[in-house]
Amino acid sequence: MTSGSIVAQITDYANRADPYPLYAELRKTPVRREDDGTYLVSTYYEVRSLANDPRLSNDTSNRPAGHGRPGQPAADSGLPPSFIFTDPPVHDRLRDTINRPFGPPHSPRFLDGLRGELAKVVTELLDAFEGKDRVDIVEDFAYPLPVTAICKVLGVPREDEPLFHAWADALASSVDPHSGDDGGPEKAQRARQELGAYLADLIETKRRHPGAGILSALAPDMTPADLEATAVLLLVAGHETTVNAITNTTLTLLRHPDILERFQKDPELAVPLVEEVLRYEPPVQFVPWTTALADIDVAGTTIPKGSPVWLMLAAANRDPRRFEDPDRFDPDRKDNEHLGFYTGIHYCFGAPLARIELHVAVPELFRRVNFSRLLEDPPPYRANAVLRGPRHLPVAIEGLTD
Amino acid sequence: MSADTDVEVLRREGRVVVVGASLAGLRAAETLREQGFTGSLTMIGDEPYEPYDRPPLSKQALLGRARPEDTALPRRRDIDAEWRLGVAAESLDRDAKQVRLTNGDIVPYDRLLITTGTRARPWFHPEEAALDGVFVLRTRDDSARLLRKLTAGVSRVLVIGAGFTGSEVASGCRERGLEVTVAERGPAPLVGALGGVIGAVADRLQRKHGVDLRCGVSVTALEGDDVGRLRRAHLSDGAVIDVEVAVVSLGAMRNTEWLAGSGVAAGPRGIACDAGCRVFDVNGIVTDDIYAAGDVARSPHPLFDYQFLALEHWGNAVEQAEIAAHNMICAGPDRRPHLWLPMFWSTQFGVNIKSVGVPTLGDQLVVAQGALAEERFVAVYGYRGRVIAAVAFDGAKWLGFYEQQIASGAPFPPEYRAVDRRTETLHPIDPAFPDPHLPTHGATVTLTGHSPSERRVTFVPSHA
Repeated sequence: MTSGSIVAQITDYANRADPYPLYAELRKTPVRREDDGTYLVSTYYEVRSLANDPRLSNDTSNRPAGHGRPGQPAADSGLPPSFIFTDPPVHDRLRDTINRPFGPPHSPRFLDGLRGELAKVVTELLDAFEGKDRVDIVEDFAYPLPVTAICKVLGVPREDEPLFHAWADALASSVDPHSGDDGGPEKAQRARQELGAYLADLIETKRRHPGAGILSALAPDMTPADLEATAVLLLVAGHETTVNAITNTTLTLLRHPDILERFQKDPELAVPLVEEVLRYEPPVQFVPWTTALADIDVAGTTIPKGSPVWLMLAAANRDPRRFEDPDRFDPDRKDNEHLGFYTGIHYCFGAPLARIELHVAVPELFRRVNFSRLLEDPPPYRANAVLRGPRHLPVAIEGLTD
Repeated sequence: MSADTDVEVLRREGRVVVVGASLAGLRAAETLREQGFTGSLTMIGDEPYEPYDRPPLSKQALLGRARPEDTALPRRRDIDAEWRLGVAAESLDRDAKQVRLTNGDIVPYDRLLITTGTRARPWFHPEEAALDGVFVLRTRDDSARLLRKLTAGVSRVLVIGAGFTGSEVASGCRERGLEVTVAERGPAPLVGALGGVIGAVADRLQRKHGVDLRCGVSVTALEGDDVGRLRRAHLSDGAVIDVEVAVVSLGAMRNTEWLAGSGVAAGPRGIACDAGCRVFDVNGIVTDDIYAAGDVARSPHPLFDYQFLALEHWGNAVEQAEIAAHNMICAGPDRRPHLWLPMFWSTQFGVNIKSVGVPTLGDQLVVAQGALAEERFVAVYGYRGRVIAAVAFDGAKWLGFYEQQIASGAPFPPEYRAVDRRTETLHPIDPAFPDPHLPTHGATVTLTGHSPSERRVTFVPSHA
């Protein structure tokens, strides 16, 4: 296999359902130079070390021309980059500010307070399974829950979902480095602009009539542009990732009937089970937007200053040097410090929310639904190689428990 | 039974005695059991409580977010030990291989682990120290007493000494809305551990949070009223302050007195041991049945010129205890060295302070990321052209990187570009540590010379 071809294969839709053999191939060269000067890092310790290395930048303006610059505002977008594409001090300032209404220490009970409402949504969604013999886990369950959750967190009207759904989709696909085929950057830029405009209106309303959600809480503390960019990021990030996490959990459990059976008898298994899914099928497969600010020596290779660097989280999560028998799905795994939520200062901001959603949704799904089988295995996947997950997950069911 | 050939017998039916039932003692005991030690295990502690955690005592407990009595350490596993709590070890007889307790009991051992830690340095004047309102903060009881007093309503608290504990106490009291005066003999808070440059940042933090901070002064006397309640404090600059509470935060003293005359290399600086936690005797000869771990131990570290380091760090206590426990029940070639990179953290005035390495060794310093003026930065210490330590204010996530830099002997000053680096070139400056020849109350890290190596050594009790 020649160098370069492996990236093409990873991004090739044909390998979306099972990219893991490619990741295994990739790990043979922990730090691998592609022909275009991009460096792919695929082993656990190396990925973790780089994610915590101050010489690696998330600010896409540091990227050399000709390499994908997700999040880089086009001249007419009018929005600053969202904080995921910034470095400190800007990153720290934005993230700290946003964290105030979102989590501890300032708002220790905010997320936990959503539990009840999310449980209600789960119940409603599952009630609608009544009388059906097949459902699509994505459309009927995994998608509506996170969307409701992120709307509640932000204070965005749930009814507007059809409006921003398309924008969010377009933006989510723009983090995929090979999204150029379907209109790519221009389409994403337009979506960002339109979603930004929608949120700007909403923020303006909240300034005048504060309501529930963190946008209202943040409106007095942030510039409109920063808040708008942040709202766009959270809305989009709150969309695809958790959908994939819930769907991946369902798919993985249906593929492991022995564990499913244990889980149905012991709902306490939910916590280690969810963590194992985040290791085994991480919703963000790799981070393709970092850049080396200096020469960095790692695993015997020097990544030269200015090189684009891809951190292959999903490959690192199955590194046999870190996890015993890594291709085995094992919720009993001790010491499961996976990179499913990344690590370092850009560690997933929404991780605590995602965990709550998963812990509310997954045990209830498997408590109430009597699954009979997967109707398509593998199921059809989304085009996105970064935010990887099934587009649909059709399953046959045999009734519902109350 | 001490010979290595008997290791299997030792593991099966040996007698292990741990003197010091706190963090290090507990973790050692758990490790012993985890590694298959099935003999008898005796835990001796002078406090009446099972092992508890200390960091919350000067942080969450002061704010009423955790009760001092609720800080019991979580157990990793059952240790099936005989607990001798509320009774201290009085002496050690190496020939008879036994520990004598203050209640007269004799406890024989095959392997002894000493984790007696430190205690708070008391106020130098015993009568003044006995005044109602004068506190130290080291134990669960200290914390509960201080908390009761603070909750009862006081107008002003005097904190004597602005090291980490003193600064945390000042922070907690301010957060409770109390008036606080801090008296520090050095030029700024935290100077002993981090130097004057970083000390100046701590100085600003304290003042910004309304602390009446007085540096370069000592408290010369504490004055009580007729019924023995603290009323006033006199400072070396002539100032007199009305206070009802004084928290004496002058560092810690190592609990080694009980070892006087035992022939082990124990003194005010701790118990000298090798990198495998085996205690030296006063002749500098390693014992093979006596081990030490935690605050009370000092051992040579190759990354720091093989200087003997005694570290009052939570993480050090845990790891050193694990290494000691492992080595106690292993044959020679299987023993492991304790090469922990010193690391500690503190929370004060809303800032998370974390340090890695040995800042006090630093002869130069650069601000590698962030800015001192923003109280959010990583400062890196250099020693003879290599990175020796780093301290972060609200930047702890970067320290893993600097830990690697220290461990790999990376050159100082760092030349590479990094996120949040504010200047084109990094300018090393003097970190401004106090003159080591001047007396101090001790810092988080103490560096002492090499192991006792004279041909003949006589133990002389120290009065330090």
